[in-house]
Amino acid sequence: MKKAILGRKVGMTQIFGDKGEAIPVTVVEAGPCTVVRKKSREIDGYEALQIGYLDIKDHRAGKPRLGQFQKAGLKAKKYLQEVTLEDMDSYDTGQEITAGIFSPGEKIDVVAVSRGKGFAGSIKRHNQHRGPMTHGSRYHRGPGSLGGVDAARVFKGQTLPGRMGGVRVTVQNLEVAKVYPERNLILIKGAIPGPRKGLVTIKSAAKAKAKA
Amino acid sequence: MDIIREIEKEQFKENLPQFSPGDTVKVHVKVIEGTRERIQIFEGVVISRKGSGIKENFTVRRVAYGVGVERTFPLHSPKIERIQVVRYGRVRRAKLYYLRKLTGKAARIKEKRRT
Repeated sequence: MKKAILGRKVGMTQIFGDKGEAIPVTVVEAGPCTVVRKKSREIDGYEALQIGYLDIKDHRAGKPRLGQFQKAGLKAKKYLQEVTLEDMDSYDTGQEITAGIFSPGEKIDVVAVSRGKGFAGSIKRHNQHRGPMTHGSRYHRGPGSLGGVDAARVFKGQTLPGRMGGVRVTVQNLEVAKVYPERNLILIKGAIPGPRKGLVTIKSAAKAKAKA
Repeated sequence: MDIIREIEKEQFKENLPQFSPGDTVKVHVKVIEGTRERIQIFEGVVISRKGSGIKENFTVRRVAYGVGVERTFPLHSPKIERIQVVRYGRVRRAKLYYLRKLTGKAARIKEKRRT
């Protein structure tokens, strides 16, 4: 069964596993989320659940959005996102989704906006190598050759410096290490994209292999 | 940050003895051999303590059969059953990496006078 929840990245730490091994974990404060609206095929042309996360004061929501929340009879939320699940019929508007839906050992995908790195060179951006710093090389961190001269143009996809980060990134098949349902916390093994306090979407893994 | 501290707190060990670099300690390590679990003691000089919170670890150095052996343990690891301080040493540095170059008499550490 597919599940999804919104949360905020808190930071990283480590926990000890059953065998006494240290597991690096990212702490995510997930939910409680509320189903704000159910999109239907008849009205919207497709099916989806619109879920909201983090209560805010009404006047912070902005009037057009506030109307959406009032229609559902809910408090205004800071974040709204649509998710597509298999069993969307079993959710109702106003229903709460809490961190307890996930359990340790489960495989998940995490979606978040990565940290913006600004205008980055091709070493940082495309993992290119740098030139020698000494021996009079005069070529240190440049992008290298752009190709042959008879092409008379630069081919598409050439790795060049440019804006890096700040894009939506999905990390697949991460493992849930621990869940604190009463404190709305999910501990995910490994790192996840984005800064602290950044919005993250946690979904059941799309490509997880079924357990034998 | 407080949430992280709370999670770490849950796993903190209580009754950890106070020890610092220069002290000689006995570390009781749980070792799993096949199906049996037994305790192995590693005794030596603490040459460093690093990190904070749950990530804190310490390095113990001993010279066994003429070979220097160093083991680094996470301070709060469940694999450590007990830490016993054998001797308090008087040193003037936080990291005693210079001991690696010293042998015999030169590698001794003066005992700290405890009041």
